[in-house]
Amino acid sequence: MTAATPNLDRADARNAAREARKRKLQAFLFVVPLLVFIIFAFVAPITTMLYRSIHNPTVANLVPETLAALAEWSGDDMPDDAVLIQFAADMKRMANDRTSGKLADEINRALPGMSSVVKSTARALRRVDDAEIASNGATLLKDANDRWADPATWRALKAAGKPYTDSYYLTSVDLERDADRSIVQRDTQIYVKLYTKTLRMALIITLLTVLLGYPLAFYMAHASDKMANFLMVFVLLPFWTSLLVRTTAWIALLQTNGVVNSTLMALGIADEPLEMLYTQFSTVIAMTHILLPFMVLPLYSVMRGIDQSYMRAALSMGSKPLGAWYKIYLPMSLPGLSAGALLVFIISVGYYITPALVGGTDGQMISNIIAFHMQTSNNWELAAALGSLLLVIILLLYWLFDRFVGASNIKLG
Amino acid sequence: MMKDLNIDTFLKFDDVKKSYDQKNLVVKGFNMDVQEGEFITLLGPSGSGKTTVLMMLAGFESVTSGDIAIAGKSINRTAPYRRNIGMVFQNYALFPHMTVAENLAYPLAVRKMPKDKIKAQVAEYLNLVELSAFGDRRPGQLSGGQRQRVALARAMIFEPTLILMDEPLGALDKNLREQMQYEITRLHKQMGFTVIYVTHDQAEALSMSSRIAVFNDGVVQQCAPPAELYERPANAFVADFIGENNFVPGRVESIDGATAKIVTDGGTIVAQATADLTVGGACRVSVRPEKLFFPPSTHAHDNALTVRFETRIYVGDFIRYYFKLPDGTDIIVKILNDLSAPEFTDGAEAQLLWLASDCIAFQAG
Repeated sequence: MTAATPNLDRADARNAAREARKRKLQAFLFVVPLLVFIIFAFVAPITTMLYRSIHNPTVANLVPETLAALAEWSGDDMPDDAVLIQFAADMKRMANDRTSGKLADEINRALPGMSSVVKSTARALRRVDDAEIASNGATLLKDANDRWADPATWRALKAAGKPYTDSYYLTSVDLERDADRSIVQRDTQIYVKLYTKTLRMALIITLLTVLLGYPLAFYMAHASDKMANFLMVFVLLPFWTSLLVRTTAWIALLQTNGVVNSTLMALGIADEPLEMLYTQFSTVIAMTHILLPFMVLPLYSVMRGIDQSYMRAALSMGSKPLGAWYKIYLPMSLPGLSAGALLVFIISVGYYITPALVGGTDGQMISNIIAFHMQTSNNWELAAALGSLLLVIILLLYWLFDRFVGASNIKLG
Repeated sequence: MMKDLNIDTFLKFDDVKKSYDQKNLVVKGFNMDVQEGEFITLLGPSGSGKTTVLMMLAGFESVTSGDIAIAGKSINRTAPYRRNIGMVFQNYALFPHMTVAENLAYPLAVRKMPKDKIKAQVAEYLNLVELSAFGDRRPGQLSGGQRQRVALARAMIFEPTLILMDEPLGALDKNLREQMQYEITRLHKQMGFTVIYVTHDQAEALSMSSRIAVFNDGVVQQCAPPAELYERPANAFVADFIGENNFVPGRVESIDGATAKIVTDGGTIVAQATADLTVGGACRVSVRPEKLFFPPSTHAHDNALTVRFETRIYVGDFIRYYFKLPDGTDIIVKILNDLSAPEFTDGAEAQLLWLASDCIAFQAG
């Protein structure tokens, strides 16, 4: 036997590299469809949303010349008449293009009450001669509405004209910029309260699913296969019925003349029907029910993997059952508990349908407000900012979880 | 604890029965007296009820009827955590989220022992199983044999009255198993604790135990020291289950005290008689493969059978010969691989010789 050379010669190395490349390419081809899907269905929308929350070019596109003229303006006194004339010309153009309504909406958000001002001014300037505007636009504008003589109006226009803005994020934490651009509290405090309420409700729901799910999963994990499969059907049953049907069932149960109230009254426990539907209570109850499987499944699969000899060993060493559970079983089932809690918490923070149907005003969560801004108030930028902030909060909580529990402690099966 | 219990029974099983399904008994009246310091092995095929007995003793299964008593006190109704019985599991059951030292400290911490005493005792037992350098490791970072030793130390560290071992070496490979058998025997001698050991590996049982209880079908077939079990099996099951055995079918011609004359197809032989043997009844004569030898031999012999050579298997330290009796029964002979090991041609006739004291006649059926 001749001694083998320890290293590859050049041809060998080339062959090995080619093989490795081929394997990598094959592996990549397997995931291409999913990758394309994820980019289109997940990465792109989220990027757009994040971008949209800071980028609003509507005003900048509507009155670019006015904004260019305003660029030099200090913001303390009234801007030059030239600016006003330019704006009057823009207003006339927009009145004829029927785009003045868009401008009205945008400025109104920066300075409430401006919607009607812009609209009426647009109407007033629509039929005015171009030459007349060029010579006398400033006066015409101030005549149409005296708020055009107020520097605050122009500051609002200038602010709304910036294509990139942090104002939506400020709004989503109940802050705004005042006249001299410093950050102050808004008069109406909505969103911070809503975020805290959402997180609190999600926490309560998570705790309830733990309380209900942990003993069930424990029992299932130690029951015979037949019993465990039987119970598993009941755990999975909610997945086989429509979410809408389940939520509607809760309406039937909880409403004023519903099953629960009539039972309570028939038993003489309550004298008059309790207000249960359209409250935080109903949202929490219905969501606990809907999200319970997400707690039970990871718990069960982790617990199934814990041999009963661990508990027996602890008992044989003199530990009482509860102590053995706390010191031995709980740490060993923690990966399932973490996974379940994280799943339930994150899903419930962003839940929409159930609070929308059974929550009333009291049980609304942040996602309902996001939906409101997208569908009713048409403020997509604010919706995007609220959504992004929610994403940030969830990432932050995940980071905290990773710090204290460790992400490696999550096990789904 | 170290009372003179030589005459007193330390652990007593009194007609213990167990049924899981309220229909069939898994353990059918188990009786045994264990002296302190004994190493008792429950040996049997899987499903024979030996693990159930262990679980009842540990308190993880209830006793359907009968009584288990330690030092004269029934423990039937004692909770497992009050029994003070150490246990070693087949999968070791070391707590994966604790270090080796924390694992050992667990039973002591549960007993609210002061911290410095715990530390000293953990160090002592780590030293005992020769793992002093491994206290800070997690069980996952240890090899199978090391885990086994930690499990042993953990079962001993709180000085239990009794240590139960449920197939503790089942997960180890052959070499490690032999090493651990030695280790367990050493610790047993050194510490003097009482062991109830469950296994289905007879070599393990024979080499370690003071007494072995052979289980089959929920009943103890024989409970005796290893040598007696091997040399004097009480019935055909034990003779067949423990070690290898040849069974020569025959008919009892006469019984003369402890010996019987048996007529077989290959000739008449003399064998030890079991109590239930009847004259004229069918019987099976068991003789171990290593007790058979070939002529010419300087050994004395009582019995000789003519057999036909089938094949010869070279095993290494010994050679296995396969023969057939005229009626087709297989006979195996084990001969040490030395110069006396003969060669046969295919189908050749051969004589097998052995002593009457090396064979036992059991009632057939």
